[in-house]
Amino acid sequence: MSFSRLSWQVALALVLCAVAMTTMPMLAAEAAAPMSNGTSTLVIGLVALSAVASFAMFSGAASAAVLFIGAHGAAWLLIAGISGNEGMARMPYFLLLAAAWLLAWRCVAILSALKPQSPQAKTFLRLLIPAIFGAWILILWEAVTRGAGVPFILLPPPSAIAARIGNSLPILAADVRQTIFKAVLFGYIVGCASGFVVAILADRVPFLRRGLLPIGNMVSALPIIGVAPIMVIWFGFEWQSKAAVVIIMTFFPMLVNTVAGLAASGHMERDLMRTYASSYWQTLFKLRLPAAAPFIFNALKINSTLALIGAIVAEFFGTPIVGMGFRISTEIGRMNVDMVWAEIAVAALAGSVFYGVVAFIERATTFWHPSVRGGRA
Amino acid sequence: MLMTVNQATATSVNQNAVVEARKLGLTFQTNDGPVRALSDVNLTINKGEFVSFIGPSGCGKTTFLRVIADLEQPTEGKISINGMTPEQARQARAYGYVFQAAALFPWRTIESNVGLPLEIIGLPKAEQQERIKRTMDLVNLTGFEKKYPWQLSGGMQQRASIARALAFDADLLLMDEPFGALDEIVRDHLNEQLLRLWRQTNKTICFVTHSIPEAVYLSTRIVVMSPRPGRVTDVIESTLPAERPLDIRESPEFLAIAARVRDGLRAGHSYED
Ligand SMILES: Nc1ncnc2c1ncn2[C@@H]1O[C@H](COP(=O)(O)OP(=O)(O)OP(=O)(O)O)[C@@H](O)[C@H]1O
Ligand SMILES: [Mg+2]
Repeated sequence: MSFSRLSWQVALALVLCAVAMTTMPMLAAEAAAPMSNGTSTLVIGLVALSAVASFAMFSGAASAAVLFIGAHGAAWLLIAGISGNEGMARMPYFLLLAAAWLLAWRCVAILSALKPQSPQAKTFLRLLIPAIFGAWILILWEAVTRGAGVPFILLPPPSAIAARIGNSLPILAADVRQTIFKAVLFGYIVGCASGFVVAILADRVPFLRRGLLPIGNMVSALPIIGVAPIMVIWFGFEWQSKAAVVIIMTFFPMLVNTVAGLAASGHMERDLMRTYASSYWQTLFKLRLPAAAPFIFNALKINSTLALIGAIVAEFFGTPIVGMGFRISTEIGRMNVDMVWAEIAVAALAGSVFYGVVAFIERATTFWHPSVRGGRA
Repeated sequence: MLMTVNQATATSVNQNAVVEARKLGLTFQTNDGPVRALSDVNLTINKGEFVSFIGPSGCGKTTFLRVIADLEQPTEGKISINGMTPEQARQARAYGYVFQAAALFPWRTIESNVGLPLEIIGLPKAEQQERIKRTMDLVNLTGFEKKYPWQLSGGMQQRASIARALAFDADLLLMDEPFGALDEIVRDHLNEQLLRLWRQTNKTICFVTHSIPEAVYLSTRIVVMSPRPGRVTDVIESTLPAERPLDIRESPEFLAIAARVRDGLRAGHSYED
């Protein structure tokens, strides 16, 4: 790919700059703290200069760096300029924001086309590209909600959510302890383990397989979250009833996947074990379970998400006064949407970490599978 | 089950027989109707013999080996292995089987693939190590112990699967086109090695191949088969000496046997047209 070619993102960014210049000023006349002419010029200058400089550069890394500075500098100036003037932004503000975003897009496009040699640079790039992506979701969210003055109750800006997280750390920590470290983890471990054990039983005992599997497939299609109120009646308000919901939700995906995985080993491999007069358990541990590992990990990953959803939603049906689901349902009633968003952010983070840990273990144990090593079968 | 055991023992007159098939037949029930894979096969394989099976594709060579190995059940006739039913022979670990494809486990290194049957029969660790080393040497895979199957070429994988069967060290070796995927030079080398191993150990070997020279070079007896239904059309005794250097393949005696095998194959084919 040639870096010195004018890309459509950069060209469009320049056009947007030009239109912005003709439609100035950036803020409405009533703005409390109007942006100085210097700031506006600086934003336009940053966008335009880095756009032009990016395709005059000798290397991809250099033009990416120029675009990176231009896009993020302009975005920072825009967001800084809007503070105190929420809801006062005019067209040029959004045009320049779009131009900065296009530059960032171009920057990511160049970065993903780079083929660095050193492994450190590769790791750095692998982290940098999604980081820029994520940062721009937040930048656009912040700049648009504040620039257009979106009502707080509809969508608070990320900075307000971050501030709320910072102020409520003890509450959030208590909620995480209650919901994730008690209900989710306990339910996940028990649900996955029992699904696995029952799958092996079903494999051993044919009538279980014939009877249980059709039911398993049917039950996994039901909206299991509906049993949450019943679990509360059975197991009380504490975390045990939430763990019960999680167990029910994670049991069947594990059962169905493990049974499918146990059937996944090849005929020739099973014949081979037969010629060694290998016992049922030897064949299970040396051939069928390793061959089933990709299926089992699939269930573990699906279940990591299901468990979190199950525990949070189950708390809507009655809990003691702590827990992520409890907090979400009460704070929304009090119109404290920033607290709801804070819980959502924490849940998203916890869910990603959970999923990431499972995926990491998967990569380490099923390294041999074509989908992991990326080779021929 | 018990009845067939008694019958098999009763009919096994020949004490030296390792494989004894009488009027053996096998019909697969498929969705397009029955397929007769084997029909009226009568064959006795004695201890220490090297028997090759040759014939066009689909004539039932693999099926016959699988019947010996108790991986398929015959629908007619009788077969006994060492005077036992195939099932008993399998439980007694009477044979090693080399499949048409390597069938290595991708999550195991080559050396632990070779050691798999040894783990299953529960040999002591030290003896496992010793046998793994010896058989990997034999198939020229030394240095690849820690590699995974998918890091090796197809031919190397096949050699690893041969090493695995040799490490198992049963007296009867069933080999289904083990050298089909190998280049000519490696094939010659392994043919020599296999012949030497056979002479030294007095194993009985059933060997499926599509190559006439390979069959003649290796065998004491060559069984020619033909398809639809799969049956034995000719059994050719080799007159070659036990000691066979590679260049015996240019001798007139060798060429005469090869010509007989070729004629047998042609005769089988002409039924089709
Ligand atoms: N499991 C099965 N079900 C139905 N038919 C089968 C089955 N296995 C083999 N056959 C049929 O039996 C016949 C003999 O097959 P077999 O695999 O023994 O041939 P082969 O001599 O080994 O051929 P090749 O040289 O190609 O390996 C073929 O017609 C095949 O289609
Ligand atoms: Mg075959």
